[in-house]
Amino acid sequence: MSSPATREVTLTRAQKNGGPPGEPPPSKGDGRTLLRLLRVYLRPYRKPILWLVGLQLVSTIAMLYLPTLNADIIDNGVVKGDTSHIMRLGGIMLAITLVQILASVGAVYYAARTAMAVGRDVRAGIFDHVQSFSVREVGQFGAPSLITRTTNDVQQVQMLVFLAFILLVSAPVMAFGGVIMAVGVDAPLSGLLLIVVPILIASVALIVRRMGPLFRSMQVRIDEVNRVMREQITGIRVIRAFVRDDYEQKRFAGANTELMGVSVGVGRLMAWMFPTVMLVMNVSSVAVMWFGAHRIAGGGMEIGSLTAFLAYLMQILMSVMMATFVLIMLPRAQVSAGRIQEVLDTRTSLTLDPDPVTALPEHGQLEFRSVDFRYPGAAEPVLCGIDLVAHPGQTTAIIGSTGSGKTTLLNLIPRLFDVTAGEVLVDGVDVRRLSPETLSSVVGLVPQKPYLFSGTIASNLRYGNPAATDEDLWRALEVAQAADFVRAKDEGLEAPIGQGGTNVSGGQRQRLAIARMLVAEPEIYLFDDSFSALDYATDAALRAALARETGDATVVIVAQRVSTIRNADRIVVLDEGRVVGTGTHDELMEGNETYREIVLSQHSEQEAA
Amino acid sequence: MSTPENNGKKPEKNGEDGGPTPARIKGAPQRGGPGGPMAGAMPTEKAMHFKESSLRLLRMMRPERATASLALLLGVVSVTLSVVGPKILGHATNLIFGGVIGKLSPAGLTRDEAIATARATGNDTIADVMTTVDFTPGQGIDFGEVGRVLLIVLALFVLSSAAMLWQGRLTTTIVQRTAYRLREQAETKLARLPLGYFDKQPRGEILSRTTNDIDNISQTLQQALSQLVISLLTIVGVLLMMILISPLLALIAVITVPVSLWVTVIIGKRAQPQFLKQWGTTGKLNGHIEEMFTGHALVKVFGRQKEASATFAEHNEDLFQAAFKAQFISGIIQPAMMFIGNVNYVLVAVIGGLRVASGTMSLGDVQAFIQYSRQFSQPITQVASMANLLQSGVASAERVFDLLDSEEQSPEPAEPLTPADTVGRVAFEHVSFRYEEDKPLIDDLSLSVEPGHTVAIVGPTGAGKTTLVNLLMRFYEVRGGRITLDGVDIAAMTREDLRARTGMVLQDTWLFGGTIAQNIVYGVGEVSEERMLEAARATHVDHFVRTLPDGYDTIIDEEGSNLSAGEKQLITIARAFLTEPTILVLDEATSSVDTRTEVLIQRAMTELRSGRTSFVIAHRLSTIRDADLILVMENGSIVEQGDHEGLLEAGGAYARLYAAQFAEAVVGVD
Repeated sequence: MSSPATREVTLTRAQKNGGPPGEPPPSKGDGRTLLRLLRVYLRPYRKPILWLVGLQLVSTIAMLYLPTLNADIIDNGVVKGDTSHIMRLGGIMLAITLVQILASVGAVYYAARTAMAVGRDVRAGIFDHVQSFSVREVGQFGAPSLITRTTNDVQQVQMLVFLAFILLVSAPVMAFGGVIMAVGVDAPLSGLLLIVVPILIASVALIVRRMGPLFRSMQVRIDEVNRVMREQITGIRVIRAFVRDDYEQKRFAGANTELMGVSVGVGRLMAWMFPTVMLVMNVSSVAVMWFGAHRIAGGGMEIGSLTAFLAYLMQILMSVMMATFVLIMLPRAQVSAGRIQEVLDTRTSLTLDPDPVTALPEHGQLEFRSVDFRYPGAAEPVLCGIDLVAHPGQTTAIIGSTGSGKTTLLNLIPRLFDVTAGEVLVDGVDVRRLSPETLSSVVGLVPQKPYLFSGTIASNLRYGNPAATDEDLWRALEVAQAADFVRAKDEGLEAPIGQGGTNVSGGQRQRLAIARMLVAEPEIYLFDDSFSALDYATDAALRAALARETGDATVVIVAQRVSTIRNADRIVVLDEGRVVGTGTHDELMEGNETYREIVLSQHSEQEAA
Repeated sequence: MSTPENNGKKPEKNGEDGGPTPARIKGAPQRGGPGGPMAGAMPTEKAMHFKESSLRLLRMMRPERATASLALLLGVVSVTLSVVGPKILGHATNLIFGGVIGKLSPAGLTRDEAIATARATGNDTIADVMTTVDFTPGQGIDFGEVGRVLLIVLALFVLSSAAMLWQGRLTTTIVQRTAYRLREQAETKLARLPLGYFDKQPRGEILSRTTNDIDNISQTLQQALSQLVISLLTIVGVLLMMILISPLLALIAVITVPVSLWVTVIIGKRAQPQFLKQWGTTGKLNGHIEEMFTGHALVKVFGRQKEASATFAEHNEDLFQAAFKAQFISGIIQPAMMFIGNVNYVLVAVIGGLRVASGTMSLGDVQAFIQYSRQFSQPITQVASMANLLQSGVASAERVFDLLDSEEQSPEPAEPLTPADTVGRVAFEHVSFRYEEDKPLIDDLSLSVEPGHTVAIVGPTGAGKTTLVNLLMRFYEVRGGRITLDGVDIAAMTREDLRARTGMVLQDTWLFGGTIAQNIVYGVGEVSEERMLEAARATHVDHFVRTLPDGYDTIIDEEGSNLSAGEKQLITIARAFLTEPTILVLDEATSSVDTRTEVLIQRAMTELRSGRTSFVIAHRLSTIRDADLILVMENGSIVEQGDHEGLLEAGGAYARLYAAQFAEAVVGVD
């Protein structure tokens, strides 16, 4: 197989499914992206952050002062036997402890408030930005990916900000202050820090660095186990029908064993962490004793300073360790920040007219003028040179094989996409010049995959027309052949609908979606293969009722079933993005090869006639 | 590091959204208590039978008894060694202090003389201090002795860390092996559950039990077995050492325990409702985001962006308020603990200093005690925070046990029968069935099918078409009557035997993640390439596979989105073709399929049907017309049966159905 040709094949295949498959490659998500994001979103909180830093400073300095006082107790109180000195310093220590807790509680307050506020703002930023997207941008990322970015990724960043406020802000102060105090206690002994701190950082870093790839491969294994499990649950009928339980069990055992292997690897590596840190700390305290003893013997240091020095050393090492732990989270937060920034940086392909048209002269005349649509960078356009007019009071049907561009054509009307060339006109006005409110009041669409929002049947039906009365709803339900099953429910119109409408069947979902559009009373009705889940009888009854209801509105129906569109006033045949025929059923049967082919694939010759 | 999001939407979040599930850092150091910055983010799910379930969980680890005992022993060793360390280090301090005092005292005197001299010069307190240390007047620090002591401490610390490392590694092995077994048991259980179980439980729910819950259990075990054990041992060890050094100071330290616990509980109680609220609003907000993004096009079409944003802003603000309060309140625990620790530190320093000054305690002991009291508070907070973790872990275990305890499908017959000669004669004799107790679905249904015949089943949704087929495949067991295959009751056959004789093509085209070739040969396992290709050609799979860059090695991704619906259906037909079944069950697709592919599917299905007894759940007229027998079903019973011509003439339900498809005019458009 020659590669250029096949590459094209895959390209068009990808487009058929409404855009590039999967999500775009994750942006690099380096430290700069995170900083860029935070710079923007932290800016409004400069004041609380200043407070936070100030409070952390006070708290840290208070912490650092305690060992010095303790040394003073030993050197000037204990050694000199001055009990009143001991009591007095004890009092001061208590007071300082009190200051310290007040400062750190204040710091936690500002940290929690600011970090959560940043999370809230970033979420709102993404959400509002996505609202401005066209279906193309949403499709580019995929709704699930956008959801994860708005929820989990923001959570990652928010948590990092919080931890940084709590641990990272005080760490340098603690480390730096600790060093100063330690040097103040005994400069030569502080030389030990130059050895101990790098050793701690190096050993922790060594473990953490090896952890990264291991975690990633563990995630891959977890996903694999979950995937096999999910396949077994969804495919249970097939597995049983083909008697493949043993095979599946082996497949799962393989994935399970691999996951265990990697998990044990991760666990064993993690097991190094705590003992290593403990060892470094313990060994350094032994070293302090040994070298400290020499300093004391040489008369360069007092005995109380030894205890103080030990305390400082521990504080420095603890803060270094805490900072390292926060830094462990950093790579993940960086990736998340990258994914968030990617959404925020995506420009919507829809532009709003600064001076939009809000009133239309006529009622529902729809026209396509040499319309092209192609995905950016795609070799082949999805739609090419489409010209067509749909008149009020008439039903225009669009038929064609999968990938011929039917759905895209329909989506250009409510501006889910914008044309890349040509114009789509409603009553002679380019849809891009219409105000969004006007456009949505004129155009109604029942999408291919009917989606219902959580709430009740009534809340869904009123989605496009909140003012509709119960009678309006029932009338729409009657037309949509949905009144019977709604009436059969105990709660009737108030029957709950689960998220996505999963608690009603596909056919019921489709009929409710149709009713929802009817309630909105648009002037142009668009049906995107909206009858596919209905059995033939319901399909026919629905269309008959619909014909009475839509009256002098413009109706455009996309369908796969010939029977659905046979009676349309005009049928437009699409093939590979072009109009290859227009006419009534009989006309097209007469002179259109593509149409005949489609019809004959569904019915025998005699039935078709 | 679980986030409220993760927990909020357990079933779905499991990769169903296509995005990778965030890696959970197993056994990551758990900082702080429920007050740690992250802990407590998960509201406690209370286990119903905490004691029974945790015991059962422990029993699951029985095969690891030997390893577990060794790990426990190592834990004891490690803690003992590390607990003794500061005490010996304190001894070194005393040696140094002794050197300092010794140097200050005039040489030539004995220790007692030096003390007496100090007392004589009026320095009573100093004399008292001197009594607490061992020194030789005139002599400085004995570095040989100090070095020896420090070497011992060093050795203890190294050994302690080594033991802790080993213990950690063993624990990991135990926990992961247990998790492996749990997953294995859950998976084998799935194979034994009746299909009804999968209908009643949402798919995400089952998946969540077998994946997320087991993950949660392994994390809980990891934390509990390593940290809980070490923490408890440390508390005991440190307490012992403290009592040994100074019972009075130990008492002060012990008092801080209930105070710490009390503070943790009080603050935790206040934080809990906020966490619940945070969890609730997170769920609401995420639900709203999911709906608005998934239904993005609808929001646009109906022009509801403003309302969507307003609702979002409201939930977002609620979440902010709850999250901020939850994090703040629980964040106070950390400073509060530090405060208690510091007060304790001050008390020890002051009282210790006074005791040294009065000669009842040595300086080294005070120093050791300070170290101990610092070691003491940390494991207590640790244990306190473990309560929540254990609750959630055991709750997860209960859900998994619940799955493991579910009723299994009826056992295979002890002495299974098997039809001597399979020709494919099928009979339903007075069959009745219901999914739910109070809703009879199929009642007294009889039917007989000749070998090689095609039976088309038509009727509205919910009429019981699929149920009929489900009973034939024994996905469900009949409630009354029996179904026979070549004269043998299928209930007397093993399910394996029965299903090996039947092939199935479902509307729901299930393909697993693997290559196209692997999916085609799925039903037979090993098969030569020629036979695979032969099946592929016969079912028109070959043609489109060749247009793919990787041909038969093309990987089908999870949702099979790189193939069209029709192509997927063709692959499932090829799969059934290869198994050469006697009986065929076909569920024709209603979903939108490319018209040209549809022709291919028709042909492939016809090819597949030839010479086999076939049950076709029909949506297309061509199948119905050719069928030897057409069953028209309504409300679980067969209202009409016969062939196409005969039924049309009868002018009943079938005729009406048929007319509806072709002549919309009849329904009265005009």
